[in-house]
Amino acid sequence: MDIDWGSVFSLMPLLKCFFVGGIICVIGQILIDKTKLTPARILVIFVTTGAILGGLGIYSYIVDFAGSGATVPLTGFGYNLAKGAIEGVKQSGIVGAFTGGVKACAGGIAAAVFFGYIASLISKPKIKKQ
Amino acid sequence: MKKLGKQSISFDTPPTILDCASIVGPKESDGPLAKYFDQTLEDEFWGEKSWEKAESKIIKETVNTVISKSGISSTEIDCCFAGDLLNQCISSSFGLRDINIPFFGLFGACSTFVESLSLGSICIESFANNVLCATSSHFCSAEKQFRFPLELGNQRPPSSQWTVTGAGAAILTKSGQGPFVTCITPGKIVDMGIKDANNMGAAMAPAFADTVITHFLDTGRNPSYYDAIISGDLGYIGKDIAIDILRSQGYQVEKNYNDCGVLIFDKASQDTHSGGSGCGCVASVFSGYLFKQLKERKIKKLLLVATGALTNSTTAQQGESIPSIAHAISIEV
Repeated sequence: MDIDWGSVFSLMPLLKCFFVGGIICVIGQILIDKTKLTPARILVIFVTTGAILGGLGIYSYIVDFAGSGATVPLTGFGYNLAKGAIEGVKQSGIVGAFTGGVKACAGGIAAAVFFGYIASLISKPKIKKQ
Repeated sequence: MKKLGKQSISFDTPPTILDCASIVGPKESDGPLAKYFDQTLEDEFWGEKSWEKAESKIIKETVNTVISKSGISSTEIDCCFAGDLLNQCISSSFGLRDINIPFFGLFGACSTFVESLSLGSICIESFANNVLCATSSHFCSAEKQFRFPLELGNQRPPSSQWTVTGAGAAILTKSGQGPFVTCITPGKIVDMGIKDANNMGAAMAPAFADTVITHFLDTGRNPSYYDAIISGDLGYIGKDIAIDILRSQGYQVEKNYNDCGVLIFDKASQDTHSGGSGCGCVASVFSGYLFKQLKERKIKKLLLVATGALTNSTTAQQGESIPSIAHAISIEV
């Protein structure tokens, strides 16, 4: 049997991405099912965990390994905040610690507000059918 | 009317439940009791702009339905007891602002329906000829107020219950052929320290057991006296806890006990986790299903026990435990 190793290796980044992203979601699901944490608290835990791991330089290894699988979930937002703050300090000193994080995430935040607004104009919340 | 034992009241001329009506939302319409309700809605807005308006419309139309079914005119109704889950009971007061009947707004959380029947029965024994009792709840408005807005698309934990979209209404009358309200046992507030707003069943089960045991002690009855003992919205988890507590106190209720939150949805296909809840649950299950069983004499002696979690979103966020209550009413044909 001929195996096209080229195409197998080109799928690897995708697999890694889904694997790591999925693991992060599974952690969230376990927290919902097995603890009394509310979704809002789980959200905050994920963002701060990402920020702490990002600040310690650990999360960047996960990002190198899984790409979007690590940056798209909430922990990726925390990682981005930490990374931005570190870069901000390098560029403009201690003030950068306060400005850098939000600057790095500005695109994401503005897009969330913008698309959230558009969605609220064109749709109405409903009960999930199942 | 006289007091029995510690906290029960029996009636000299037991009030008759003249008629009942119920309207429920789309999810309830897919449930096992769908055929018993007067009206089933296809969407949760019912042509209104907001869920709050939809809930007001549901209770208003339920009241209109019960008045027209009963054959008595609204001017003959002496007073009305109504309530719901929303802040300041707006569904009831907004929905019933045009009915021109003296109005008492009640809040007993999910126990409100039996609370209204209890107070209505007391009125019938004292001054009134006809009393209207109604309660409602709506899944979307309740989630928004007590937990998170639906827009957030939250996951619900396995212990959570599904607030019923719907309303039930009953008219009590002085002289009738039954079913009769023979006895009521108003409950005490019981707080066992449960703090999880997503596990109301566990918080309310001790209040249910307390009221049921008090009812048996006060009246000298035992579980086998009743054809059915029905709790209003403990759900699957709360129901199991309630059975355990009653068993530990020497009362075997497994054979004739069930819960409105268990009855209204199909567990396997409807994904409601721990079953239904909300003032509209016991109200619609009683008005739709149980009342017809009483009328057809399939149930002759019913103990209806509605349980309420007397909490709000602020106390939940501040980490307070959930004070709970259960009111029991004995209905016989």
